[in-house]
Amino acid sequence: MAVPSAKAGIVACCAFVFLLVCGCTEKKLSNVEYGNQNQIIYCGNGDEPKSLDPHLTTGSPDNNIIINLFEGLISKDHATLEPQPGVAKSWTISEDGRVYRFQLREEARWSNGDPLTAEDFVYSWRRALTPSVPNAYAYMMYNIEGAEDFHAGKITDFAQVGVKALSAHELEVRLTHPAHYFLQLLDHHSYYPIHGPTLEKFGGINDPASRWTLPGNLVGNGPFVLKNWEINKVIELAKSETYWDKDAVKLRGAHFFPIDDQQGEERAFRTGQIHLTNTPQMDIEKIETYRKKNPDVLRVVPTYASYYYEFNVNRKPFDDARVRRAFALAVDRKLIVEKVTKGGEVPAQNFVPPDPAGYQPQVYWQEDIEEARRLLAEAGYPDGKNFPVYSLMYNTHDNHQKVALAVQQMLKKNLNIDIQLENKEWKVYMMARKNLEHDIVRAGWVADYMDPSNFFDILRSYSGNNNTGWKNERYDELMKQIAAASDTAHRNELFEEANRLLAEEMPVLPLYYYSDLNLVHTSVQGWYDNAMHYHPLKHVYLQQPEP
Amino acid sequence: MLRIILQRLLTAIPVLLLVITVTFVLIRLAPGGPFDEERAVPAQVLENLNKRYHLDDPIHVQFGNYLFHLLQGDFGPSFKYPSRTVTEVIAAGLPVTLELSVYALLVAVLIGITAGIVASLKPNSLQDYVPMSLAMIGICLPSFVLGPLLILGIGIGLEWLPVSGWGVSPGDKILPALTLGAGYAAYLARLSRGGMLETLSQDYIRTARAKGLSEWRVVWHHALRGAMAPVVSFAGPAVAGLLSGSFVVETIYQIPGLGRFYLQAAFNRDYTMILGMTILFAFFIIVCNLLADILAIWLNPKLRKNLEKAR
Repeated sequence: MAVPSAKAGIVACCAFVFLLVCGCTEKKLSNVEYGNQNQIIYCGNGDEPKSLDPHLTTGSPDNNIIINLFEGLISKDHATLEPQPGVAKSWTISEDGRVYRFQLREEARWSNGDPLTAEDFVYSWRRALTPSVPNAYAYMMYNIEGAEDFHAGKITDFAQVGVKALSAHELEVRLTHPAHYFLQLLDHHSYYPIHGPTLEKFGGINDPASRWTLPGNLVGNGPFVLKNWEINKVIELAKSETYWDKDAVKLRGAHFFPIDDQQGEERAFRTGQIHLTNTPQMDIEKIETYRKKNPDVLRVVPTYASYYYEFNVNRKPFDDARVRRAFALAVDRKLIVEKVTKGGEVPAQNFVPPDPAGYQPQVYWQEDIEEARRLLAEAGYPDGKNFPVYSLMYNTHDNHQKVALAVQQMLKKNLNIDIQLENKEWKVYMMARKNLEHDIVRAGWVADYMDPSNFFDILRSYSGNNNTGWKNERYDELMKQIAAASDTAHRNELFEEANRLLAEEMPVLPLYYYSDLNLVHTSVQGWYDNAMHYHPLKHVYLQQPEP
Repeated sequence: MLRIILQRLLTAIPVLLLVITVTFVLIRLAPGGPFDEERAVPAQVLENLNKRYHLDDPIHVQFGNYLFHLLQGDFGPSFKYPSRTVTEVIAAGLPVTLELSVYALLVAVLIGITAGIVASLKPNSLQDYVPMSLAMIGICLPSFVLGPLLILGIGIGLEWLPVSGWGVSPGDKILPALTLGAGYAAYLARLSRGGMLETLSQDYIRTARAKGLSEWRVVWHHALRGAMAPVVSFAGPAVAGLLSGSFVVETIYQIPGLGRFYLQAAFNRDYTMILGMTILFAFFIIVCNLLADILAIWLNPKLRKNLEKAR
């Protein structure tokens, strides 16, 4: 009688061995161990990249890879973010700050060996501004003369746009106004050069869905080349042998895994499958554990990014600035960052974060419950009486829910106001927010470049990103003056006036400035913390520190 | 038999057409579009995108165009991944999902049927209670609970196996196969136990034992085939379920299979991708059920005779 069960057991065991064999690959080490021995870095990378085309990409997972495949005229210092030479070895700026001349490196090459010339930049920027190419970041180039008109189809001759190749290795760019941050922009992916002959081979300048970015096709000019791309599985890069500064590149390769689940990414890190997590946030519950048990791998860095709530000023009672200010004054931000988010975020009393090396916004108000109650009573709602039922909308995410719950409790306790929480799926949330179908909605903004205008511009009356319905002529005028200002001190004064206006009107309720939370293995060297989550792999290498 | 297969395939056509129509309409009713981003997309960019993917055409024209291309075997371009077609994405994900399903099926069949047979040999004893209790736990434990438990226990606690990926680290296929196969193993255990108990009480089994055959021969050569009828009926939908229902396991373990693509396509409102996947899964379900029916007829002489009579 015992025979069948014994045989079945053997069969089952064989099956497990079979599975084990199937699961095994050549390597016997964990990815991290293997990578450390062979200078190959393994990175978590959030979602599957949409595209590796610098003119089509919009997301951070795409950008994490693109910054290693391409290089702009300028690159940034990995730690300080200061502009430094990239493809351009030097540059001059005219006195009025509107004309830039870049001298390109003669030794700069594409990954197929072709020389990289100023004409390549003219071609690339023309493509970036071509109306049929759905480049969501084309507006980043509107500082260039004629760029906006060309993108809008008002002019069709690119010669009228302020970009000109003066010689094979000299490029001239003319701006509409002296943009202080222009050098920073040149390291943005929309300004990267793309290889014309490759693009023409796979569909031409007007075809946004061409296959030129797939492995075997892509020709770049960065420190790495695309070796393999298995959708939803892995993207593999290898060191470029044609890169002008290849001796500075120590890594032999990089693997990016699209792990779109924060918990999954943390588990992969914990079990040695990846050297670093690349999703700027992580589960709140895990932060404390790492702080206590493994602080060496947890990197917490304040970033140039803001977390806030947007009021819909078209809806009562949020059409009244006193109500909006009362709300802002009644929320305890310190409590939120210390007890709820716990990730090193900084309480925010301004919409615009302070720039460590530049503009420091002044604070015009403090959290004050008595003053909040007074403002609310003045607006016609003493002790919260008769205040209509309204909702606070956020997209599905544990952290957003926790913050919303805390705010809900604070408003109930401090102002006796009831608030309904409304949790929406991402696309539903975006649509409702865009159509102003909310009362209050969660929002966040991560800067594209280190300049306060990147934040202030959002609240211009007709900005596509202004989801408050708030329109203010004086504010719009200030934005125009800021764009035209060439003197830094004067510009900062204008910023401050705009900041004061926001504090008075309070179209958005600032909560905190984000921090970047990453897990980085101790063997990863040359990976610097910075305020922009800017982590190219050019200077990264793997070396286990001495015990 | 051939007539039955043809009949079933013909009835599948209106079913597929209905699935396509309903999916086509439903995804367009869902709020949010494929090109909505957190940051405002300039109106002109949106217009260009809609024009490129013909989303500015009337819906009936879009539907007609889609069917026209579908008949030529073209699922269309992916809205999310501009340089790839839906067919390419399916071609990338399908082998992974098939491989995962085969391993899971192997786990389910080997563990489930073995446990069922073992339990049926000594009913109402410890040999019966232990595997059946485990089977009950397996049925009650959904994969989104079992997966993290296995990850915590075997992956992180014991550090025996990797906890994510597919074919990128040694042994990373084991936990997903166990997670996906466990629930089906539990069902199979209960079904095969029931089938075996019924078969073992038949006269021909008594005759076989009376002739002095060993218990192994009685079970393996005589009882098993009869006991497998309910298992086979379950196997068809189970295989379809494994293929189309692996999205939870694929998400937990970050496996690049069809299930994960399907889920991402829904979140991204990638219309063509959702349609392509839905059609494929509907096709799988139809084919798997058909195969299960054919197998059931082959295994059961009574059914064969009934069919012949009906003819």
